[in-house]
Amino acid sequence: MEITNYLGLAAILFAIGATTVLLRRNAIVVFMGVELMLNATNLAFVTFARIHGDVTGQVLAFFVMVVAAAEVVVGLAIIITIFRSRRSASVDDVNLLHS
Amino acid sequence: MTASGAEAALFWVLAPLMVLAALGLLFARKAVHAAVCVMFVMVGLAILYVAQEAPFLGVVQVVVYTGAVMMLFLFVLMLVGVDSADSLTETIKGQRWLGVLLGLGLVVVLLGVIAQAAFPPAVGLAASEELTNPVALARVLLGDYVLAMEVVGVLLVTAALAGLVLTHRRRLSVRPTQRVLAAARVAALPQGSTLTPLPAPGVYAQNNAMDTPALGPDGEPLPHSVPRVLRIRGQERSATAVLAEEETLVARDDLRVLGVGPAADTTVEQVGDPVATGTTDEGSDDEDGEVR
Amino acid sequence: MDTQTTMQTLSLAPWLVATPMIGALVLLVAGRRTDRWGHWLGVLASAATFVVGLVMLLDMLGTPADQRVGTQTVGTWIDSGPLHVDLGFQVDPLSMTFVMLVTFVGTLIHVYSVAYMDHDVDRRRFFGYLNLFVAAMLLLVLADSYLLLFVGWEGVGLASFLLIGFWDGKRENAVAGKKAFVMNRVGDMGLIVAMMLLLATFGSLSFGTVLPAAGEGATAAGQGVLTAVGLMLLLAACGKSAQLPLQAWLGDAMAGPTPVSALIHAATMVTAGVYLLVRSGPILEAAPDAQLVVAIVGALTLLFGAVVGTAKDDIKKALAASTMSQIGYMMLAAGLGPIGYAFAIFHLLTHGFFKAGLFLGAGSVMHAMDDDVNMRRFGGLARLLPVTAITMGLGWLAILGVPPFSGFWSKDKIIEAAFVGEGWRPWVFGLAALLGAGITAYYMSRLFFMTFMGRRRWRPDERSGDDGAPVRHPHEAPRLMTWPMIVLAAGSVFLGGILALGDRFVTWLEPVTGHVEHHEPVLPVWLLMTLTLALVVLGAFLAFRQYWVAAVPVEPPPAPAVVRAARVDLYQDAVNESLVMRPGQYLTRALVYSDRTAVDGGWLGLAGGIGRLGARLRRMQNGYVRSYAATMLGGLGVVGLVVWVLAS
Repeated sequence: MEITNYLGLAAILFAIGATTVLLRRNAIVVFMGVELMLNATNLAFVTFARIHGDVTGQVLAFFVMVVAAAEVVVGLAIIITIFRSRRSASVDDVNLLHS
Repeated sequence: MTASGAEAALFWVLAPLMVLAALGLLFARKAVHAAVCVMFVMVGLAILYVAQEAPFLGVVQVVVYTGAVMMLFLFVLMLVGVDSADSLTETIKGQRWLGVLLGLGLVVVLLGVIAQAAFPPAVGLAASEELTNPVALARVLLGDYVLAMEVVGVLLVTAALAGLVLTHRRRLSVRPTQRVLAAARVAALPQGSTLTPLPAPGVYAQNNAMDTPALGPDGEPLPHSVPRVLRIRGQERSATAVLAEEETLVARDDLRVLGVGPAADTTVEQVGDPVATGTTDEGSDDEDGEVR
Repeated sequence: MDTQTTMQTLSLAPWLVATPMIGALVLLVAGRRTDRWGHWLGVLASAATFVVGLVMLLDMLGTPADQRVGTQTVGTWIDSGPLHVDLGFQVDPLSMTFVMLVTFVGTLIHVYSVAYMDHDVDRRRFFGYLNLFVAAMLLLVLADSYLLLFVGWEGVGLASFLLIGFWDGKRENAVAGKKAFVMNRVGDMGLIVAMMLLLATFGSLSFGTVLPAAGEGATAAGQGVLTAVGLMLLLAACGKSAQLPLQAWLGDAMAGPTPVSALIHAATMVTAGVYLLVRSGPILEAAPDAQLVVAIVGALTLLFGAVVGTAKDDIKKALAASTMSQIGYMMLAAGLGPIGYAFAIFHLLTHGFFKAGLFLGAGSVMHAMDDDVNMRRFGGLARLLPVTAITMGLGWLAILGVPPFSGFWSKDKIIEAAFVGEGWRPWVFGLAALLGAGITAYYMSRLFFMTFMGRRRWRPDERSGDDGAPVRHPHEAPRLMTWPMIVLAAGSVFLGGILALGDRFVTWLEPVTGHVEHHEPVLPVWLLMTLTLALVVLGAFLAFRQYWVAAVPVEPPPAPAVVRAARVDLYQDAVNESLVMRPGQYLTRALVYSDRTAVDGGWLGLAGGIGRLGARLRRMQNGYVRSYAATMLGGLGVVGLVVWVLAS
């Protein structure tokens, strides 16, 4: 089995995560789609580390995880705040920039 | 290098499951189901990391991602509303088609690029490993990327603070003190409330079942000791009936112990005749059987 | 022209222009403060200019004939590339003649205006404008280049506009001033084009360079160009001198105060066109076709003016038509070539005296008759206005060309010159001039008899006379008005004879016009003189019968088509309107319309289109995060596609 299969898996997971962002309206589910995308890229990084024999890929994946964690904290806090004021967790309701 | 047969098997089992779980995220109606699907994917990813000679990362994936991040998601789901389910109708015109089209297109393009790309022959990490994978990682992390690591540390602190600040709720009214609350309770006495906490079911009662009312100091049943739901449903049992049942059951037991047998059982249904069967194992002698 | 004069007073030349200019500035800038004595300052400025001119004239008379031409340059005006123009003053017999005419008649009219405008609040402003006019006219005749002449040309046009519309409370006065200015502008275009052609051909605009070059190098310059220049100069002259086809403004210009009509529209400004053509003699001689057109225009105008003059009841408009006709004589003379130049100027000089005198007399009559101008309401004024009647009578005889008055000497010479030549020309021009003389006699006599003779068509008070006649109290004009009239009448009587003695005037102008051999007319001179006198007597007699002996109707009687046409100036306004004005109006309307639809529509349409496009594009900003995410994903897909394509 080629190691590039992992990359294919990563690509598929990434696409599914992107489609979730597009199609789901619940803010938290959308956020989970974003997390899925990040994880897919992590998989790709690790696979490349293995291909090139360089641990730097894993280090990058590590950084992605850290940043994703920080991002989740802030993002969910924002969702809670919005929910408190609007009583709705739908991304379609935050459309005030509509022109 | 190519993967070994075991790894291939692991991959070909895990990969479709992960894809299915990801699709579950896409199609699940309830948000909690979606969260669980994502957790499955993440655990699967952790397994794949370990298979790909990145054990440290695999552990971190489980601990941080699945353990912390997804739990955070679930907590927020609980706060926001577990029941909120997406309706099936799409608000933006053509978004559904666009999403499907773009998703599939992206898959095709990415797979095409991957298939097209000429990768160097895979080397694997065995050669570059120092002692263990974490040590190798540490060498690079704290050596080449130490500045980035410090910055990311600052980022984490900032994120934590941000979470605090954003979810902080300000009181809009004065917080009532204990004195104020007590005075309010006293003032509400004429409306029929009680100052003392309600007794738990079973106090002054012969029975501590949920649907049996407790008895007050005056021996009267206290209706508020039964949960409101049961009262509304009409599933509350009257204390007397329970008592009677208990007595007959005990009596039967007594007779068995005494070896009398279930001969005298016709008086079991008779309510209102507490002393007919002569049960005396109820407790105190000065019981007058006037229990209702 | 190259010899510099030995005149000692040559340096005084700039003062001729500066003095009245200073007077004008003081009067116009200082404003109401100078109201009490401003008019006297105006008179003084004009008189001072006359004195300076007289000194220069006497000096010139003292210098030998071949040294009477000189230029006094004050400085350089324009020095830019090929164009070099000096602030120079050309002093020679031609310009000095005009200087004397303008300043002498001008000063007399200044004095007259003191009394005529006595009741006018804006008298000081009037004198300011009069001084401005004198300055501009002197600049015109003293300029040594076409460009400086043009400055004076425009200046007199401005002064004319300001003075015609002087009483601007009445709308028709302002309209008349505007009409004069606009029609003059058409002529000015001709002068500008001529200057452009001259600059392109000769590289200079000064008389000293252009005129000799035109004279000698006719083939070098190209006859076509010179013909074009000549025609353009003729156009300019037509505008300024009210000749066909630009003659329609002169009648309306009578809306201005009578001194203005006398000075500007009789004696001086309207003669500027003749001056221009005579000055440009060498150019015209090098372009015989242009010269022929000049003569034709002159002949046509003299007949046109004469015919119109016979039907006018407004005394000033009749005199205006007469002016148009007499200038036609001058144009005809100028178009006859070198033989005619001197006579054109001679007639210009004598005409200046007797026409100014006639106008001043008309002003006196109007002053007596409550500013009424309708001659059908005059009559029998000779006894009551004796000085006016006598001075106007002398002017009348002069203009008729009765010997020995001035007009006879100048006009008969023109008629003689008209009969000189070959082929059809002497006959056509000569007969036209002859006929014109007869009609002139008729209508001028008509004017005189209607005004001063015959029965009164007004009444002295309520009780006597016809009930329909207006009440008038005619009285002779004050002395400040009568003395200028008397002086001018004296000039009308004697000036012609004095100047004609021994052909001295012709000789006087020879440094400018060149010596001309005497040519014989196709008819003997004595015959021409007899014919002229006969026609004059005939015309006067017809007028006598119709307007002295017979009763003059107070309303214009029904008349044949020719007379009716003459009453409306031979439809000149209708022709101008339909040929020029209405097409111009339609053109501007069409341009406005096309500007609004095509140009504005195009730009607004473009702006609107962009606005609509923006509105369409704005729909992309629907505020939904998922739409934006879709856009981003689409972009990512495109990038991936490009990478895929490039990598393969």
